[in-house]
Amino acid sequence: MTPALTTEADAPVLDSDGGAPAVRISHVHKSFGRPGAQTHVLDDITLDVAPGEFVTLLGASGCGKSTLLNLVAGLDKPSRGSIEVPGGRPALMFQEHALFPWLTAGKNIELALKLAGVPRPERRAEAERLLELVRLGGAYGKRVHELSGGMRQRVAMARALAQGSKVLLMDEPFAALDAITRDVLHDEITRIWAERQLSVLFVTHNVREAVRLAQRVVLLSSRPGRVAREWRIDLPQPRRIESSGVADLSIEITEELRGEIRRHVQH
Amino acid sequence: MSSTDTAPARNDGDTAEVGAGLDALDSVAAQRSSLGEVLRTKALPPLIGVLVVLALWQGAYSLHLTSSYKLPSPADVWRSLQDLWYQGTLFSIIWTSVWRGLSGFLLAVVIGTPIGLVVARVGPVRTAIGPVLQGLQSLPSVAWVPAAVIWLGINDSMMYAVILLGAVPSIANGLVAGIDQVPPLFLRAGRTLGATGLTGARHVLIPAALPGYLAGLKQGWAFSWRSLMAAELVASSPDLGRGLGRFLEDQREFSDMSGVLLGIVLILFVGIAIELLVFTPVERRVLRDRGLLASTK
Repeated sequence: MTPALTTEADAPVLDSDGGAPAVRISHVHKSFGRPGAQTHVLDDITLDVAPGEFVTLLGASGCGKSTLLNLVAGLDKPSRGSIEVPGGRPALMFQEHALFPWLTAGKNIELALKLAGVPRPERRAEAERLLELVRLGGAYGKRVHELSGGMRQRVAMARALAQGSKVLLMDEPFAALDAITRDVLHDEITRIWAERQLSVLFVTHNVREAVRLAQRVVLLSSRPGRVAREWRIDLPQPRRIESSGVADLSIEITEELRGEIRRHVQH
Repeated sequence: MSSTDTAPARNDGDTAEVGAGLDALDSVAAQRSSLGEVLRTKALPPLIGVLVVLALWQGAYSLHLTSSYKLPSPADVWRSLQDLWYQGTLFSIIWTSVWRGLSGFLLAVVIGTPIGLVVARVGPVRTAIGPVLQGLQSLPSVAWVPAAVIWLGINDSMMYAVILLGAVPSIANGLVAGIDQVPPLFLRAGRTLGATGLTGARHVLIPAALPGYLAGLKQGWAFSWRSLMAAELVASSPDLGRGLGRFLEDQREFSDMSGVLLGIVLILFVGIAIELLVFTPVERRVLRDRGLLASTK
């Protein structure tokens, strides 16, 4: 861990066909409901996330992005196709912080460490380290309700990292935060991603957020969800969400997204 | 796509400071009130309430609204209490009932908790006995006394049976309600962290259901105490220890109204005391830790 690296780190865009991927999604279909009256949510999704890669999944409502994330997290099974996460159970962050209110911030992280099999004597120090990482050094004994929305999401991030997985799935984790806090957390997740060399699959419906964060943006169409288009983004990190590079690409992607949504008028 | 950004780059220290500033602006500091304030806002109003009731009572007595054998003065009741104290029976009467009530209640917890868990988590069981369990709560437990007397005779077992029939349903229902109110997000988060099965129950489900469970326990105690008083009032036998319900009934037989009033006051006092000393602190603690108490804002 070399924090000095992070600010100028223009994390390498990995060759997607070099080495085993961190997440491999092959021809995944997902339907809900009884046979005969099924809703087809995901249609033949194939997508790899390379080790150390930051991928955002972008789409309008009904594109099944959260469903896909649940499948990767192992909370649900695909109807057809396969999902491989060679590094073991990935960590998952939700839009709501989902911290347990009966535990302090530190104990929330320690519970994750315990469930990940970290021996008791090491847990406290590791929890403190993770809190330092998300810049909440003094928050160990704080109750969840004493923390602001941004702080809760930071603790949730630390708890997700405590699972020890190199793969981090994020389901619109900043959608409920105000714009200023979100901006700060974008900087933070970029820093932590580079520092910990995580593979991130980040779901959002916010185009600028997707461009701000990702090395690769994957646009999903809606009902059923299909991979509509992909963009590789080579702007150096850390980017600024209001920068012209991010804005230009956002315009292009938004046009495409609106086109996808318009297709549904006829149906 | 090359970078044509005009926006200046941000450094890491800047982000850290802005983040810390936001945290400071947003977080709420829990305030604990001082002892004097607690006494003034929490202890004084109920004290005044009691004094007002005593004053009205004394006024009704002094105005001779009814004959004094029907309505003795607060001082008469106080003298009855002193008599009981000097006879040395006050504490044995209270203890007999409190012991029965608490041990019956604990037994009800041991029986009601697994029933609640099974009803909450096993669908067919819930459909089968869930409605019955809820219906039982509205059955006054005094209705069980005649049946319990025939089944078990007039003895301690019969008392415990009546307590259990009153308290077990409300404890089980409290747990069911507590589990039903657990946000599904917690269970999902627990599963992502690897807490499934019994581990999940221990680390996520049970702690998350605790507030509802505690509310059920509190109601279970109220039911235990009421059921016990009903059983003691109805069932009379020299073999039985003399508890508060029996004391009340004895005083009625002597037509000793100040003794009857004393009995009522003592029953009320014990019920409230146990709730305040045992349940309220635990419940407050649990709710405060979770930020569910208004006073912590």
